Amino acid sequence: MRLFTYERAKTPAEAARAVAGQPGAKFLAGGTNLIDLMKLEIETPTHLVDVQDLKLDRIEQTGEGGLKIGALVSNTALASDARVRRDYGVLARAIVAGASGQLRNKATTAGNLLQRTRCPYFYDTNMPCNKRKPGSGCAAIAGYSRQLAVIGASDQCIATHPGDMAVALRVLDATVETVNAAGEPRAIPIADFHRLPGATPHIDTNLAPGELITAVTLPRPLGGRHVYEKVRDRASYAFALVSVAAVIQWDGTGRVAFGGVAHKPWRIEAAEAAMPQGAAAVTTSLFADAKPTHDNAFKVPLATRTLAAVIAEGNAA
Amino acid sequence: MEEGEYEISRRSVLVSSAVTATLAAAGVSEAQPLPKALAPADHKVSFVVNGKGQAFSLDPRITLLDALREHLHLTGTKKGCDHGQCGACTVIVNGERINSCLSLALQHEGDEVTTIEGLGTPEKLHPMQAAFVKHDGYQCGYCTPGQICSAVAVLDEIKRGVPSHVQAELTRAPTPTNAELRERMSGNICRCGAYSNIAEAMADVAEARV
Ligand SMILES: Cc1cc2nc3c(=O)[nH]c(=O)nc-3n(C[C@H](O)[C@H](O)[C@H](O)COP(=O)(O)OP(=O)(O)OC[C@H]3O[C@@H](n4cnc5c(N)ncnc54)[C@H](O)[C@@H]3O)c2cc1C
Ligand code: SF4
Ligand code: FES
Ligand code: FES
Repeated sequence: MRLFTYERAKTPAEAARAVAGQPGAKFLAGGTNLIDLMKLEIETPTHLVDVQDLKLDRIEQTGEGGLKIGALVSNTALASDARVRRDYGVLARAIVAGASGQLRNKATTAGNLLQRTRCPYFYDTNMPCNKRKPGSGCAAIAGYSRQLAVIGASDQCIATHPGDMAVALRVLDATVETVNAAGEPRAIPIADFHRLPGATPHIDTNLAPGELITAVTLPRPLGGRHVYEKVRDRASYAFALVSVAAVIQWDGTGRVAFGGVAHKPWRIEAAEAAMPQGAAAVTTSLFADAKPTHDNAFKVPLATRTLAAVIAEGNAA
Repeated sequence: MEEGEYEISRRSVLVSSAVTATLAAAGVSEAQPLPKALAPADHKVSFVVNGKGQAFSLDPRITLLDALREHLHLTGTKKGCDHGQCGACTVIVNGERINSCLSLALQHEGDEVTTIEGLGTPEKLHPMQAAFVKHDGYQCGYCTPGQICSAVAVLDEIKRGVPSHVQAELTRAPTPTNAELRERMSGNICRCGAYSNIAEAMADVAEARV
């Protein structure tokens, strides 16, 4: 691990200023992704601003009947909240499908959104990777790509966003609240938060340097039946091959987003009109532009089958 | 075996694991904590370990795991992967289990840390330690301190109503069924495969509590 300096900020604006004012500085929340990557020298921050004292660890009701989730609320606390379990079941389900009990106790809402890809070549510092080292090439495209993206990728990078929580937040139309070094707030719809890789795969999200996430807000509850289905290589403690977050209403209409298939949670609102016609009708348009590799072509039919299982589960509930 | 042979097999193991690892990066060695004399800065931090206040002066890179093992010589807590993938380093901080390998010591100012040494002693075992002995919840024992810390915290999580992936109804209180215990313990890997006996030891303790 490279050497760094360390401080604990007291207010959100102070934290944002501390990171914006020093090239190479980063926020530190739970540390479960950043410290892992620092040990491998994939991340080499020169200064860490620990945000644990910012008092952003509460879940509050909003005036619109939704919930405001502080950036530092742990994954365990969020999934355990009675309002989340009752009104936003897809979110609680997605969180408990991810990582392990130990990790969820430390992982924060903001840190989870900003976790980096699990592409094996991103982790292997001997290999070219445009996300880790811009311009070095992409070892995954001609390499081992079983885990990687089938849609929305570029000729520079075919990595996925590996997380589960963000897929549920996408289906719930959450908003990411931030503050910058000047103390100015900004609200970013979750649909615009993560980026596609394009020609700049080293930039995962649309956050500006030094911009601090303060909260994630959920609109008022949608009702319906909430399902999160995650297909993986073992029954627990593994990243998704394909995952589906869905909220299905009693008349068969609904919303759906896919994880494990793209550089961001994959949702196309227009495709959802076909929900009452069944899974294949939805995925035919959702994955119309899919360009899978030889290794991960299985993900496209798997996405249809997983959605079919989700619809069946939703109808049975 | 000749040294050369060992080199080759070791390298091929590293190459294949780099390509197949889903939870990438196991087995990659990283910087060990510098000897204190070389530390570029002496960062101060204090926290309570097993009921006793401890003050440290550390290199900022030192993890909670290394502070416990290398500075306090509490070597019960184990380093398996050092990357959050195995659970051998599990300790209980402020009542919640965490992976001590993915946490800097500096993040723990004022915290209360419990390690396996703080749960029980050979003379006075914690009920979970006694149950592991009774049910043979281990073979080599390397993962065991992490398993026991995790198991104690899991029963508390069930009691507090923390939901799990296998829970049928999110709005009902969870119960310590075999499926629940196994799912909640999935962050603790046991290469000896003592999983069934660990779940039985936990069920014993859970029942005694009711
Ligand atoms: C073995 C293993 C298995 C895992 N399995 C899964 C899984 O199945 N599903 C899943 O979804 N996740 C999984 N994870 C990932 C885990 O969920 C993340 O590591 C965790 O959510 C990160 O949160 P954190 O608070 O620890 O972030 P940190 O590591 O502290 O930070 C991550 C990033 O976010 C930035 N950051 C943190 N807070 C803020 C803020 N407020 N504003 C702006 N930037 C900020 C940091 O600078 C850093 O770049 C796994 C992790 C491990 C180690
Ligand atoms: S897919 Fe992206 S993360 Fe993986 S090697 Fe290519 S550039 Fe790097
Ligand atoms: S040593 Fe393996 S999880 Fe910490
Ligand atoms: S007892 Fe040997 S690894 Fe678990």
